[in-house]
Amino acid sequence: MSTNNESFLTKYIFSTDHKVIGKQFIWLGIFFLFFGGYLSLLMRWQLAYPEQAVPWWLSWGIFFKDAGGIIDPDTYNQLFTMHGTIMIFWAVTPILIGGFGNFVIPLQIGAPDMAFPRLNMISFWTWFLSSVVLLASYLLPQGPAAAGWTSYPPLSSPMGGIPGEGQTLWTLALVLMGTGTIMGAINYIITVVRLRAPGMTYFRMPLTVWGLWLTSIMNAVFVPVIAAGLILLLLDRVLGTEFFVAGGLASGPGGDPLLYQHVFWIFGHPEVYILILPVWGIVSDLLAVFARKPAFGYKVTAICMSTICVLSSIVWGHHMYTTGMSPLLGKAFMFLTLLISIPSSIFFLNWLATLWKGNLHFEPPMIYTMGVVWVFAIGGLTGLYNATVTSDIYLHDTMFVVGHFHFTLAATLVLGLFAAIHYWFPKMFGREINRTMANIHFWVTFVSMNFVFFNMMVLGYAGHHRRLYNPMEFDFLKPLLGLNEWITWFAIINGVIQLLFIFNFVWSMFKGKVAVRNPWGASTLEWTLDAPLPHGNFAQTPTVYSRPHEYSHPSLTDTDWVPQSEPIPGTA
Amino acid sequence: MQQAAAISDPFGKATTGKLGMWLFILMDGLSFGGLLIGGAALRAGMDSWPEPGQILNISLTAFNTFLLICTSFTMVMALNSIQKGDQKGLVKFLTFTMSGGIFFLGIQIWEYVHFIAGSEELMHNLVLAGLEGSKFLPSTGIYGAVFYAITGFHGLHVLSGVIYIAAMLVPAKQGAFSATNYDRIEILGLFWHFVDLIWILVFTVIYLI
Repeated sequence: MSTNNESFLTKYIFSTDHKVIGKQFIWLGIFFLFFGGYLSLLMRWQLAYPEQAVPWWLSWGIFFKDAGGIIDPDTYNQLFTMHGTIMIFWAVTPILIGGFGNFVIPLQIGAPDMAFPRLNMISFWTWFLSSVVLLASYLLPQGPAAAGWTSYPPLSSPMGGIPGEGQTLWTLALVLMGTGTIMGAINYIITVVRLRAPGMTYFRMPLTVWGLWLTSIMNAVFVPVIAAGLILLLLDRVLGTEFFVAGGLASGPGGDPLLYQHVFWIFGHPEVYILILPVWGIVSDLLAVFARKPAFGYKVTAICMSTICVLSSIVWGHHMYTTGMSPLLGKAFMFLTLLISIPSSIFFLNWLATLWKGNLHFEPPMIYTMGVVWVFAIGGLTGLYNATVTSDIYLHDTMFVVGHFHFTLAATLVLGLFAAIHYWFPKMFGREINRTMANIHFWVTFVSMNFVFFNMMVLGYAGHHRRLYNPMEFDFLKPLLGLNEWITWFAIINGVIQLLFIFNFVWSMFKGKVAVRNPWGASTLEWTLDAPLPHGNFAQTPTVYSRPHEYSHPSLTDTDWVPQSEPIPGTA
Repeated sequence: MQQAAAISDPFGKATTGKLGMWLFILMDGLSFGGLLIGGAALRAGMDSWPEPGQILNISLTAFNTFLLICTSFTMVMALNSIQKGDQKGLVKFLTFTMSGGIFFLGIQIWEYVHFIAGSEELMHNLVLAGLEGSKFLPSTGIYGAVFYAITGFHGLHVLSGVIYIAAMLVPAKQGAFSATNYDRIEILGLFWHFVDLIWILVFTVIYLI
């Protein structure tokens, strides 16, 4: 495990060190975060200025030359398809699960590395390969996939009317990405089960680890299922089978497009929890650190998150209320879905109770975390309208749904990953991230993000369908043009301010103030180590004596914290 | 260090690698589960489904099934050999197992080739089963689609298993394993038995029911 004889290639490219692999995932994710975000701005342009030429500063003078700078309907379909796919599977998942899962899990449980370091490296490179396959679809003459991120057949079938092989590459890229995810999931689960330091019982693990661990269990259970579904879709496209083709398009009876929807959402609904569980965990921990209090109801929060995992696997039907499902089944799915709001509310109240009478420190990670608490509240509450059959039948496939899931997924996840980046930055790079820039970035992002997503829900309530190319073709949507323009400009502001983040990130990496060992006074194990962390992490395996957030413990006198690896004085 | 004893490991002495393989097997089982349940759902939606043996050659595949069960036995023998410290026995039985896997794949490919090449007799059987064409292809109705998807997915597993055994034969020949160091052979065995077990399910669902 010595670092002396490692070449550049084994140290930075084909490294088996979980910290390097974590950073690789974060860089990959940041690239796709910008790429996917850029696609959304092009989409917003079309909605605010339908069929007008994209200005040079947005098209960079190279895109859409053929059509005189106008986004045509096919390109628009590709934009929203690739935006959704990229943001979910190639931006947020790599950063939160690949990046912070790798970087944080072994450090917080006191392990030298992942259980399977080589598998870890292969996981990243499988992911990288999948992203190359995905991007390669842009080189096809007819462009990338265009059937939406859900890729329902028959749209995604060869006879669905969308020309070109973009959809084939999309499916292949997702199968590869799933393979990388499965490898990661095995690694995270076994690492947590096996490599915890002495004394680190399950109910002494930081909630971040809880979140990432539960996420991995969900990945392990549900990614293989969608992999099976995608393989069938791939066979439909490549070998001419007709699993998901029915009616006039099919050559014979028996195919069933609804089967795909079931398989997709059996995975797809747990997927939203797969994405958000790490953020719940991170937020639960960070609130405690910056309120200088133990996380309120620590054990209850962990149990609630586990309960949600179980419930999330039996609610997929709420995505399919309008597919002609039996009303009785719809009611059952509605009941189960609304049941999720109970554990969700419990841990949300735990968050608020952690803040209550706390000694709040508004450091950059904390303001992002508080942002998450706000946007997750709105996202969670608006979810109730979609879960209820009666209101969902009206709201289904409108911009209301888009606004709702952007509050829960986009806003919550992006603010959550910013919180995580700002929180662990000193441990990753040994330097502090610039606070002024972080503050500006937070407020502009937060305000513009709320404006954009909230008004999307307003559009949806007025009847704006989520995948319309040009809403101005409908009289009843014409009065909404002004609102669409406002949303677009706020989205552009949101996009531009991300450049400040990336500048701050890179600048602080090289020029930031050198960080002390434990700038936040956090008691979890990673803060007992000095940056740069060596390959193998802990010189001596730590022994854990307490829960992860014993801040302001009454028997502490000089400081208000003590690392988990030291007994609290007077309690031993 | 009293806290060290506080962690009780529910998985006892199983090595980390073995836990990883068990978890992978669970996940792979879910993939097969997805395919088999999906296939069953599609079949349930059909008015007619070919009788067992109408198109597929049951006796040939029954032999293939028997062959695969035999390779599971030789895999057990391989592990048994190395547990006694018999390195030559390990290499011998691993080679038997691998050859059995290759033979299984050969018969499966032979079956596929005959279906894809087509024949008068096949066309006759297809018509009796209510299907069209003189060849039995993935595009021959839902029946063909389900058959090729599930047996093909399983075939890829056998292929992976054969490559996996080959990759373990190299260190086995170099004497990397011993009576105290056979964990990797045991893990290999887990995967191989899983592939075998799944085949019995696939054989039952696709060929016999």
